[in-house]
Amino acid sequence: MIRLEQVCKVFADGTEAVKDLSLEIAEGEFCVFLGPSGCGKTTSLKMINRLIPLTSGTIYIQGEDTRTRNVNQLRRDIGYAIQNIGLFPHLTVRQNIATVPRLLGWPKTRQKQRAMELLEVVGMDAATYVDRYPSELSGGQQQRVGVARCLGADPPILLMDEPFGAIDPITRSKLQDEFLKIQEHLKKTIAFVTHDINEAIKMGDTIALMKSGELVQYAPPATLLSEPKTRFVRDFVGADRVLKGLRLLRARDVMIDPELTLPLNMGVSAARQALAASSEQWALALDTEGRFRGWIEAEDLVDAPETLDDALTPAVATAGPSTPINEVLSLMLASTTGSVPVLDDHDRLLGLVSFDTIRDVLAPPTDRGAL
Amino acid sequence: MIDHPDKILEWTLQHVQIILLANALAIVFGVSIGVWISGKGREHIADTVIYLASVLMTVPSLAMFGLLMGLLYSMNLPSVGLLPVVIALTLYGLLPIIRNTYTAIREVDPAMIEAGLGMGMSGFQLLTKIKLPLAVPVIMAGLRQAMVMNIGIAAIGSYIGAGGLGQPIFRGLSNYRKDLVLVGAILVSVLAVIVDFLMAGVERWTTPKGVRLGRNR
Repeated sequence: MIRLEQVCKVFADGTEAVKDLSLEIAEGEFCVFLGPSGCGKTTSLKMINRLIPLTSGTIYIQGEDTRTRNVNQLRRDIGYAIQNIGLFPHLTVRQNIATVPRLLGWPKTRQKQRAMELLEVVGMDAATYVDRYPSELSGGQQQRVGVARCLGADPPILLMDEPFGAIDPITRSKLQDEFLKIQEHLKKTIAFVTHDINEAIKMGDTIALMKSGELVQYAPPATLLSEPKTRFVRDFVGADRVLKGLRLLRARDVMIDPELTLPLNMGVSAARQALAASSEQWALALDTEGRFRGWIEAEDLVDAPETLDDALTPAVATAGPSTPINEVLSLMLASTTGSVPVLDDHDRLLGLVSFDTIRDVLAPPTDRGAL
Repeated sequence: MIDHPDKILEWTLQHVQIILLANALAIVFGVSIGVWISGKGREHIADTVIYLASVLMTVPSLAMFGLLMGLLYSMNLPSVGLLPVVIALTLYGLLPIIRNTYTAIREVDPAMIEAGLGMGMSGFQLLTKIKLPLAVPVIMAGLRQAMVMNIGIAAIGSYIGAGGLGQPIFRGLSNYRKDLVLVGAILVSVLAVIVDFLMAGVERWTTPKGVRLGRNR
């Protein structure tokens, strides 16, 4: 747990980089420091491991004032990944990853074992890369090694200063996904700096939005998007904040029970009656195992096909429970019925997402005028 | 001189000995001074030190020998022979080594320093594990420059009795023996070329493999 209490930083030239910053990052929480350049986010991060000394205020880690500890010991207990990756070019991948373990005096074999382990964690083939040099790796691979290095001695806290900054957008997005997966298992307490609102929304449990040294809003991404505290926050998150919010929602969060499902072995006339009785034009067809097989359209039953199977329209678009809503929305545009069924790994129907369900969740009817 | 091939060998070995001795001292002092002045907040000292070292370089070698002879004499130390020459060459070798050490350490990528510090390296660990290994090739380039330069100056050292390949040159000059002058001059030049070649190898060899690989990309 990290707690900043009334932290101020005034540089020698008089610049007030951070003004009276107080916030708390809970154990296992992913906190993103977000803001335009010069807002004090990186300064705040570097004050946590004392790379930049505080002018006033106090920073506590696990309840302990960071200034009471030996600075090198303190830093060895905190994983640190920097903007320019900063891999040591004269050291191998193994030596780079084992930087902190070596400082802590781990035996050689354990250092190597740890390096191999971490390479696998960040999705690189350990045997292939462990003895390579940074200059032999691609930018994305270097970035991965940088992440592995900050996990070196398994510190409970990670400080990351735009760790995915220096790579192309596709690799970055992939690394973000992978890092989130890693974090799901590791549950580190993370302070992460970025100027990219999309990265912040995607990665953070909470976002600390800063502007000229001040904390403007400290909230979970969804709150930041739906209830921007000031005009600055509203501008910073962008006019498309509602669309950005779509990424935060998963199909499972908005899906509803479908109005009408029909078992495929049902008689055609019974199906026709069921459809007529409901107000729907479509029904979802399920097999005996509850697996979704396709759509049944009322029109297709008019010509009296022999079985429901003959009237079946196979679904082109289906989602999983954890598909982000922005993707579901794209699928919806491809779907013949304008709705997307949500299926589990065995194709069993979990629920249905339609445009109305998304709209109701994102912007309750009372809010709509404001958008 | 053809009558005394053993003499030539002796002079060459003397020459090499002077060079090795003086440059060994120069690298010890030069790197220490260079590391020290590259420390935080010593920019002014660094400027002064590098300025003084370059002033030293501009002192003509004969004048330098003369000054050292006087100094050593007043200290009751041998004022002719090996000692003043080795001291002079050490002083001459300082500038390229100090300057290269200083520049190389100052120019280590700040990201390396930040990463090292951020992961809890002490100042000394940062120096020995990161800065110096990265600076070594540049320091070696300075040493190479110092050695090649000193081979020429050492020849003048024969004038004050240090031996070496200056001997045949000065003897030849005073006895109208062109052959002696030529042999001395050629040997000094060949020695310089050989040392330059060997030091180029040392420079390559001391470049960390990872850095070398990076350059070839």
